Amino acid sequence: MSDTHAETVLFVRETMLPQQEPPSSSTGAIGWARQNLFSGWLNSVITVVAGLFIIGLVLHIVPWFVSPTWMATSLNECRDMVTAAGHTDGACWGVIRERWQQLLFGFYPPELYWRPVVALLMLFVAIAPVLFSDFVSRKLLVVTAAFPFVMPWLLWGGTVWTPVMAALGFVIGYLVFRGFSGRVAGGLALFIAAIVAVLWWVLLSGLVAGAFASVLPLALTEVQSRAFGGFMLSITIGVAAIGCSLPIGILLALGRQSDLPLVKYMCVGFIEFIRGVPLITLLFVASTLLNIFLPPGTNFDIIVRVIIMDTLFASAYMAEVVRGGLAALPKGQYEGADSLGLNYWQAQRLIIMPQALKISIPGIVSTFIGVFKDTTLVSIISMFDPIGLSNAIRANQAWNGVYWELFIFIGAIFFVFCFSMSRYSMYLEKKLQTGHR
Amino acid sequence: MTTISDPPAESFKLSMLFYDTRYRAITFQIIALIAFLTLFGWLYMNTAHNLHELGKDPSFGFLFQPAGYDINQTLIEYNNQDTHLRAAFVGLLNTLLVAALGCITATVIGVLVGVLRLSKNWLVARLMTVYVETFRNVPVLMWIILAMAILIEALPPPSAFRGNDPSSSMLLFDSIALTNRGVYIPEPLFSRPLGNINVFGAFDISIELLAIIVVLGGSIWVAKRIGRRADAEQNKTGLRPRTWPVQTAVIILPIVALLAGLGFHLGLPHLKGFNFDGGTHLRNSLIALWLALSLYTAAFIAEIVRAGIMAISKGQTEAAAALGLRSNRIMSLVILPQALRVIIPPLISQYLNLTKNSSLAIAVGYMDITGTLMGITLNQTGRELETVLLGMIVYLAISLLISGAMNIYNNRVKLVER
Repeated sequence: MSDTHAETVLFVRETMLPQQEPPSSSTGAIGWARQNLFSGWLNSVITVVAGLFIIGLVLHIVPWFVSPTWMATSLNECRDMVTAAGHTDGACWGVIRERWQQLLFGFYPPELYWRPVVALLMLFVAIAPVLFSDFVSRKLLVVTAAFPFVMPWLLWGGTVWTPVMAALGFVIGYLVFRGFSGRVAGGLALFIAAIVAVLWWVLLSGLVAGAFASVLPLALTEVQSRAFGGFMLSITIGVAAIGCSLPIGILLALGRQSDLPLVKYMCVGFIEFIRGVPLITLLFVASTLLNIFLPPGTNFDIIVRVIIMDTLFASAYMAEVVRGGLAALPKGQYEGADSLGLNYWQAQRLIIMPQALKISIPGIVSTFIGVFKDTTLVSIISMFDPIGLSNAIRANQAWNGVYWELFIFIGAIFFVFCFSMSRYSMYLEKKLQTGHR
Repeated sequence: MTTISDPPAESFKLSMLFYDTRYRAITFQIIALIAFLTLFGWLYMNTAHNLHELGKDPSFGFLFQPAGYDINQTLIEYNNQDTHLRAAFVGLLNTLLVAALGCITATVIGVLVGVLRLSKNWLVARLMTVYVETFRNVPVLMWIILAMAILIEALPPPSAFRGNDPSSSMLLFDSIALTNRGVYIPEPLFSRPLGNINVFGAFDISIELLAIIVVLGGSIWVAKRIGRRADAEQNKTGLRPRTWPVQTAVIILPIVALLAGLGFHLGLPHLKGFNFDGGTHLRNSLIALWLALSLYTAAFIAEIVRAGIMAISKGQTEAAAALGLRSNRIMSLVILPQALRVIIPPLISQYLNLTKNSSLAIAVGYMDITGTLMGITLNQTGRELETVLLGMIVYLAISLLISGAMNIYNNRVKLVER
């Protein structure tokens, strides 16, 4: 057969040809552009329109951005400088040079700026072992534990013994818990420990701190809350509300899932109420009503009041996010925990929560971002966060009419914080991803 | 030998309240209840005591006193001799107005951006990503104030439209004027008006508006009936009669006839003195709030839409294609119904967020319920507790209404699982 075939056909190739390169129009930059930018007439039109838009925007913005007005002291001076440089339109960066410290620190005394800076650096050190447990030594958790006590002391100043005594309350509570935990039920021991700690804080710690302060007066200059402002204020409120809202939110979510009807309905009522009203109404409560709710003569700091309200607000949202995570767990996980003989809290701590929190990471982080962004609302109850300061600066004679420059500065800083938070959540999701997809 | 005996009856011990699971639940709930009631009672006593000291025993009587302040944008009749209650109602309508406008615009922009972000066109997809990330990561209050600042500082004053050689001109055949005092657009006018009817003695509704709504609703209903009959015909014979010419005519003709009968025409804004006259004046505060809330919420909606579409597995598209459906039918019959089920719940919660964020109106002086009831009324009467409480109740009612409606809808479209 093959012989006859060989006779009738003139040429038969006996070896494979080497593979050819793909045509240059389908590889490299050209191929990529054909595939992603000009794959059809509609796509080409859209690409061209979008390209023209971007080019136009860049041509408009870059000259505006590069404007030699860094040293100006008023808007009029800016305009003169822009005209002198031969431009028609330009940014007025003088406002940023003159006010950037105010936008960052508010009216904090300039000679004490090192304190918020140290607090911020300490914040980074404190969250590093929590956020990047793979790379950062666990020993740094000591800083994390100390941070909630050191930060207020650094920012507000006063005697060092107040935060020390506050921390001591936790130590005392822990010791009491250890002492009781073998003898009575765990919940009861915790309850007793909490009562002892609260008694310590309310009755004794002030006296002891005063006594220590008179023996060894280690103190920082006190700074009033009125002086707080700018991003320092936003970060203070944001960090405190974020830190407190996660545990409260988890407890609320557990309460909402609980079998105890009374607990459940209290949690549902709280969550739905807080989620149903705007944050601004809660801030009105903080600024005008909280003092009415408390015993006569109680007058505590406006920043603390705002932090309380922000925390309540955030924890209601957090509770819903965590509840979503709890609901997404298959029932077998709960039953598995029960069959191992774990009690409720053990099951939550060892089996349920690690999985539920992992599922709800995106929601938790977006709640964090929301809390941080919502700190700007304090400007409405006349506190000087960056937005409030921008209003004050724009009301100033010299800078009346400046807006882009200020809002670009403020917006860029918010963007950096929020965007890095959302990127971190994506990283964490990937790191904790154990399922097979 | 197999006698069944009762287990020895345990005597009740106090410790069983904590250690016995039969009683523990009850113990905990009673403790929780006592703690809760104690806290509330304590707050209540403090409040009553403090308010009494201040001479402000709670009463809602102030709501029926004359408000004494003007509101710059009112959807119903209002003057400064009306009561605080009516002022609050005007504010509520303003809240609902900006919320409704914002929801519509945000949905349109959000869906568009969400779809474009999934586009195969690299440039457009990146551009939309930049938009979404920029708006999501910067506080909405800043967007609102920035929008207001742009409107005030960048738009020309009305005087720029004056003279023989004006530096600014109106848009769209002299019908829209963008000025730093607000935007003037044409207003609908009727040369043969039907008058108003009074509702509950509280506010007027123009009969023309009612007539237009009734006629439009009626013709849409008829058009739907025609469509449904065509469906039935198609199911019986397999052939669908052509319905769109009749349907279009049914919708357009009656409304045109009605408008012609009423003598509908547009009142264009025109310069008069130092300002524009005629037309509808949209205040800067409304536009800034509307714009900022829409663009901000649209960024979130875009992400929701994108996630919803991506949640539908590719197999669905391929299976539909294998059945021989065309691509637009695949979208409308297979992908969208499933994607909507994922999209709708978070979408509604974005609507709720937008409504709640509209309370930031107070930052730009838009008189919504926060500005009237919790702003000026609070300052004038000094009734912090009552006004803030009322304001919260109003927002709570709006939220619960919307989320109640959402739950009904959700239960209707939910997949029935085992």
